[in-house]
Amino acid sequence: MAEFEKANSIGEWFDQRLNVKAFTKVMMTEYWIPKEINFLWAMGALLVMLFKLLIITGIFLLMYYKPDVNMAFDSVNYTIMQEVGYGWLFRNIHGVGASVVFLIIYIHMFTAIYYGSYKKGREMIWLSGMLLFVLFSAEGFSGYMLPWGQMSYWAAYVITEIFGGIPFIGGDLVIWIRGNFYVADATLTRFFMLHVLLIPVVLIGAIAFHFYTLRFPHVNNEEGEFFDYKKESEKYLAGDKANSKVIAFWPDFLSKDFMVIAIFMIFFFYLVFYNNGFAMDPVNFDKADGMKTPAHIYPEWYFLWSYEVLRGFFFEIGGISGKDLGLMAFGFAQGIFLVLPWLDRSPMVKPANQRPVFKYWFWLLMADLFVLTIFGKLPPTGINAYVGFFASTTFLGLFISLPFLSKIEAKIVGGK
Amino acid sequence: MFALYVGLAVAILLIVLNIVLSKLSFPKEGRILAIIVVLVGYIYWGFEPFAHHEMHPHVEDASYAFDGKQDIEALEHAGKDATETKAFWASMAKIAEHKGDAVAGKALVTANCTGCHSIKAEGFAEVMSDADAAVSYGVTPPDLSIAGRVYDRNFLIAFIANPVKAMHIEHKYPVGGEKVFPMPASDFMQPQEIADMVAYLADAASKVPAPKVKEGASEFEISKAANKEVFETACVRCHAMNYAGIQAKTSADAMSKYIGATPPDLSQYIRSRGDHYLHNFINDPQRKLPGTGMPRVGLNEKAQTQVVEYMTQIGDSKKDEREALGPKVLIYLTILAIFALLWKQKIWRDLH
Amino acid sequence: MINESRRGFMGKAFGAVAAVGAVASLVAMKKSWDPLPSVMAAGFTTVDLSKFTGNKLEIVKWQGKPIFILKMAADMPSVEKRSVKVGDNYYSVMIGLCTHLGCIPAYRDTTHDFKCACHGGEFDAAGVHKFGPPPRPLDIPPFTIKDGNTIVLGEAGAEYKALIASLSTDINKA
Repeated sequence: MAEFEKANSIGEWFDQRLNVKAFTKVMMTEYWIPKEINFLWAMGALLVMLFKLLIITGIFLLMYYKPDVNMAFDSVNYTIMQEVGYGWLFRNIHGVGASVVFLIIYIHMFTAIYYGSYKKGREMIWLSGMLLFVLFSAEGFSGYMLPWGQMSYWAAYVITEIFGGIPFIGGDLVIWIRGNFYVADATLTRFFMLHVLLIPVVLIGAIAFHFYTLRFPHVNNEEGEFFDYKKESEKYLAGDKANSKVIAFWPDFLSKDFMVIAIFMIFFFYLVFYNNGFAMDPVNFDKADGMKTPAHIYPEWYFLWSYEVLRGFFFEIGGISGKDLGLMAFGFAQGIFLVLPWLDRSPMVKPANQRPVFKYWFWLLMADLFVLTIFGKLPPTGINAYVGFFASTTFLGLFISLPFLSKIEAKIVGGK
Repeated sequence: MFALYVGLAVAILLIVLNIVLSKLSFPKEGRILAIIVVLVGYIYWGFEPFAHHEMHPHVEDASYAFDGKQDIEALEHAGKDATETKAFWASMAKIAEHKGDAVAGKALVTANCTGCHSIKAEGFAEVMSDADAAVSYGVTPPDLSIAGRVYDRNFLIAFIANPVKAMHIEHKYPVGGEKVFPMPASDFMQPQEIADMVAYLADAASKVPAPKVKEGASEFEISKAANKEVFETACVRCHAMNYAGIQAKTSADAMSKYIGATPPDLSQYIRSRGDHYLHNFINDPQRKLPGTGMPRVGLNEKAQTQVVEYMTQIGDSKKDEREALGPKVLIYLTILAIFALLWKQKIWRDLH
Repeated sequence: MINESRRGFMGKAFGAVAAVGAVASLVAMKKSWDPLPSVMAAGFTTVDLSKFTGNKLEIVKWQGKPIFILKMAADMPSVEKRSVKVGDNYYSVMIGLCTHLGCIPAYRDTTHDFKCACHGGEFDAAGVHKFGPPPRPLDIPPFTIKDGNTIVLGEAGAEYKALIASLSTDINKA
């Protein structure tokens, strides 16, 4: 080891040992972000903020929560909500945060789809993002079980039952996942472990990986323009910030992120204080009862679209039962977003509205997801069942047709 | 289908909005924000207010008249014969016209009611323990000390005359059926007598002092104690309130024999049902949940408000704290956002 | 060169041994999630049928599942194929979980059928699906009849085997 000279300042002392100056440059002041962006580019930082809120409030909830079928409900609704100082605040932030995190994930995700930010070298960004979506879904689902209310119980029941549809091993797999013939204490304790330990640890790793994937292909911009980062960053460093196409991550980009976060927090805390029923379903304030199904069972709003795909097929087609068709469609819906970079065969990286074919596809998909979400909560009777079927098949059709539609677009735009 | 039409309207609105805003050369970010706000608003409307509206059909709001109008309408709506019910409530209205005499009523109540009911405030003790009473009658009979204050006058009249009709549980105790309601109907009594008894109950209740509270108790504590008194008379014979340490007077076993189900613990009902539902439900359970074992208990408007308020004070005890803290947090965040905006503008001035 | 390949071989051998250990530990991990012996042992439920009334659904708990036992009233349509005769009466004995996604259907005694609140599936009094997403009739739990009037859930008796056999031949014919 080289000999250290005596440091003249605290900064120098750390720099000798941790190379702080170079590290700050690489990570912050000379990490380049395109300038042509709008507030939708702040959704990533907003998600980090929400994730932090969830972890911090989660730590406080963890100190009083009891993962036991006889105690869980009261430990949440009595101990935390009525007794612990500001326990209600932590729970409301945690509950609303879990719901709102999905709103921002969806905005983040559809921003990426709209601007084509999954193409031409950015595939890993997309894949790691979808991995995060899966992990957040698992985290949301496992956490929803913990208050041990009626919705906790029956959502857990219905979702674990889905695995029963897997050929041959399904029945045993369901019992293995639950640790019992039904959703019971063993189920609660293992999902508790997943929620507070395993999934968060993996999530933190996956978030770090997602950031890393941005490093080489760089963040996309509002016009889908590819330019020479080296040249533009030199312009910036030379002081010509106004004419450079890039900005520094710190303080330029983050100052805008912080502004968006601060404004968003006003809305977020309005929900926490005054309108949290959408995230903390009234039905879940009834204690879990395995012998009594609630009149209506529905997942949280962010799972409604895929839930509607699952139940959209309610009759037999070609000898395959409605249940199996629904399961297949559900599996398709879960996996298909992952391979989007390869389904979209048009080389064009532009906002959807500037793409001749893709724009129709995008807005149709949006409309279909809205229909699926809204009808996913309604009782599936009468006309609702057929709307669900139609919307589900439209969903499948959109993704099956994308490779062909995007090929047509590729011909129209001719390799641009 | 309604949701789809609204969706179509939203789509048209978005297109128009986009065109208008771009014509006005509205900043692009503002346009994006407007689109997102409209879309998020639409989906929220769809999965919250609209879905709840679809899943929980509307019923008429609570009525405190206790004149049988709702029962008659329900029967007619179901295409059933309402003649008898109409006649019953018409005769009740006649009784209600009599002015009761509390002194005469006291003698009648002593002779007719205190064999089963206690009126502790008036010195009539319980005849037997709660558990024994549950065995004898199916359910522990209520103490009548504040009955005249908690229950509506018209309801009490109808109840004395015919408890099953007043409580709207004819489906459980059909005339000539196997099961008989523990309290006999007294429709053989003179209208004046019934009016006298109700007058006595009201008079007795008016003499009961407000429940004792600790010296220097807060307004919250005082109202909670008053509400608790009403809640205990109105609900606790069947229901427990664990979060307030209140057990049901009739055991779960006895209840399940009596009505075929175990009445739920009410600790979190203010959260799981909400005050609007509770008001409508308590007023007449059959309208919200046909076939339920819970009877109409005939609370007057004030008593019912107290019951629901008590459920809030126990089940959502931090409501006041939440509502006091909310504005402060929002004001702080607004100030924070202003500083964030100023800082961002300062930094970005160099970039453009 | 010999050294090189030997080093390569030893590296692979080390990897192989490590993999055996990893797989073995996975087996242990999988086992830790299996239902506990106490859960597996909680197997049998005995029900006395003598107090049942016709057209009134009784629900008993067996292995955490609700079991529907419905005594057929005289005026109810005959559903011999899926009903069990105990004494002089026919009973439907079924697992009370919708075969779609496992909710508990509610019995409607006026129409003699079951309606599932979750996704709208309907079953007749014998548990045969007649509307909605359920792919098959309600399942029949293993049971045996004892002392003429008692049914034990969890033990496959002669009546149960006969019932299952008749149902499967029925399917084969169809």
